[in-house]
Amino acid sequence: MTDAQAPAIPAAGGEQLKRRLQRAERRKKIEAVSLIMPLLAVMIVFYFIPIALMLYRSIDNTQMRQVMPRTADVIARWDGKDLPGEDVYKAAAQDMKEARQKHTIAKAARRLNFDKPGFSSLISRTARKVSKLDVDKCENCKQTLISIDKRWGEKPWWTVMQRGLKDHTLLYLLSALDLRYDDNNHVVRVPEEQAIYMSIIARTIYISASVTILCLLLGFPIAYYLATATPRVRNLFMIVLLLVFWTSLLVRTLSWILVLQDYGVVNSFLMWAGITSKPIPLVFNRFGVYVAMTHVLLPFMVLPLYSVMRVIPKSYVRAAHSLGATPLKAFWSVYVPQTLPGIGAGALMVFIQALGYYITPALVGGSRDQMISYFVAFFVNERVNWSMASALGLLLLVLTGTMYLIFGRKVNIANMKMG
Amino acid sequence: MALPPYATTGQRIWHYAFKVIAIGLFIFLLFPLLTIIPLSFNSGEFLYYPLKGLSLRWYEAFFSSDEWWRAMKNSAIIGFFATILATVLGTIAAVGINRADFPGKQVLLALLISPMMVPLVITALSLYLFYARFGMNDTYIGLILAHAILGMPFVLITVSATLQSFNTNLIRAGASLGASPTKVFFDIIMPNIAPGIASGAMFAFATSLDEVVVVLFVAGPAHRTLPRQMFTGIREQLSPTILAAATVLIVIAGLFMLVLEYLNRRNEKMVGPMETKG
Repeated sequence: MTDAQAPAIPAAGGEQLKRRLQRAERRKKIEAVSLIMPLLAVMIVFYFIPIALMLYRSIDNTQMRQVMPRTADVIARWDGKDLPGEDVYKAAAQDMKEARQKHTIAKAARRLNFDKPGFSSLISRTARKVSKLDVDKCENCKQTLISIDKRWGEKPWWTVMQRGLKDHTLLYLLSALDLRYDDNNHVVRVPEEQAIYMSIIARTIYISASVTILCLLLGFPIAYYLATATPRVRNLFMIVLLLVFWTSLLVRTLSWILVLQDYGVVNSFLMWAGITSKPIPLVFNRFGVYVAMTHVLLPFMVLPLYSVMRVIPKSYVRAAHSLGATPLKAFWSVYVPQTLPGIGAGALMVFIQALGYYITPALVGGSRDQMISYFVAFFVNERVNWSMASALGLLLLVLTGTMYLIFGRKVNIANMKMG
Repeated sequence: MALPPYATTGQRIWHYAFKVIAIGLFIFLLFPLLTIIPLSFNSGEFLYYPLKGLSLRWYEAFFSSDEWWRAMKNSAIIGFFATILATVLGTIAAVGINRADFPGKQVLLALLISPMMVPLVITALSLYLFYARFGMNDTYIGLILAHAILGMPFVLITVSATLQSFNTNLIRAGASLGASPTKVFFDIIMPNIAPGIASGAMFAFATSLDEVVVVLFVAGPAHRTLPRQMFTGIREQLSPTILAAATVLIVIAGLFMLVLEYLNRRNEKMVGPMETKG
């Protein structure tokens, strides 16, 4: 609306115009939301709900109630002071007999054994014996069970049974933090020789941080060179960078296995040059993981750095020179601070991606170089323990989210556009 | 970066030293690719140098293997449909996001691009458990949906970037001349943001073509994709056939890069220079 037209609108019309404008704005908002809706709907159903269900599975314990429904009902009322009453023993005997017939007993045995080692043999042994008895008519089920195995007369096993039959459990999350319940239902640390997950978390962070630093050390000169080279050289090197960036992760990982293996190019060269007489192990260990991960993630550092560097005016560094700063000083206190947004974006991108890495460490690392993601897959594929996989998944998600919240605030997401 | 005529000796030495370092770093970047390509033409059976002679036998083995053909077919099917789904939904949503501000927009945006940031193993595990309830594991539709969701943030970002430099007065001009919103979308918005949509689609396709974690969890043997087949190959029997597969993938990467460069140039011509890289 130009000034020349403004007086032409009568005062009453002004009100009307305002209302019409508001209506138009509201319609635009509704349009905007309805255009986003289809995508959001697909993502809710096939992304957010699956993730939420996965996270819930780490505390979900209802599958135990399906195996031992009677026991679950009566043991919930047990006060935990003395041994449980006859009703609990009878329910347990009935449930074990029935579960053995339905072939679900192994599930319960495995689940309780995860909480307290030895429970598996206790359950299967007892189930085998009670299946021969008519437990619905037993007069003194307590005595019967204790005579089958005297552990049924010890309170700790019943404590585990009670918490194992609740609908929710923190057992898996505690396990993922190297914690467990003791016989009195208190949370304690697992013995040192059994503690593994905290060191895996520490290792995941350590490897990711190391790779981020390596990417920064290698990526900074590359980006600087791209930003200051002549257009022809820049185009050539940009093509190299983008070709590497677009090459499949698996191809690059495979290449590094070939380059670093015992008869690979690097070892052949070292032996030819007389630096070593027998091949140095360069792959299937931590070194291989660092090399391959740095190579794979390097473009994510270079691209944001370069996009920041190419718009830094040269005149500032020249001004610093002319004011008497040494080249090093001018570079460090005038140039580097201007690249910080790029460093931040690149480092965050590399670090967060590295935290979730699975394929590269699985292929070029040894058993001591695996990160959290590997163990998520391990519990799904090898152990078929989905709850533990979910608990580790929750841990990884919290770790990634925390890093993002801590560092992401300082970093402009626009600089993270990649590729 | 030309050396000024007044540069001191120290500066000269540093200038050339830096050049050497930079070239060394580019060699580091390219080195693994340069190693793998010649080895794929080796006539011997070994996976290391020196070459015994040149031959195409591993390419023959690659193209005549049922397993690799099936993997290529699966990658093509899943990639194609996942790209279409991601591009259509992502483009429409990007238009919506750029149309108006509304409360919670930033949070919504963060949620929509979260598949880019969430570790793949979490997406893979969640979908595996979710699909198990509906028998969707080991199906094309399950894999297509998963890859569409993973590729969609790239479409959203590239199309949004193009839209930001799009002159919205053109929409008003079209509307004032009597075009319906649908006509405005297809005749005015679409041609102008087409390069952005195409780049986004390329990213989505490349994401699907490279993705292996979700496939590892969700796909059975019949739905193995190219990278999944390579994963098995690297793990189980490392044969030179896999090098032929790798070289084919490097060539595909080169094509991607060229097409994207072309799209970027076109985009810059159409809407002026902007912050799209790659």
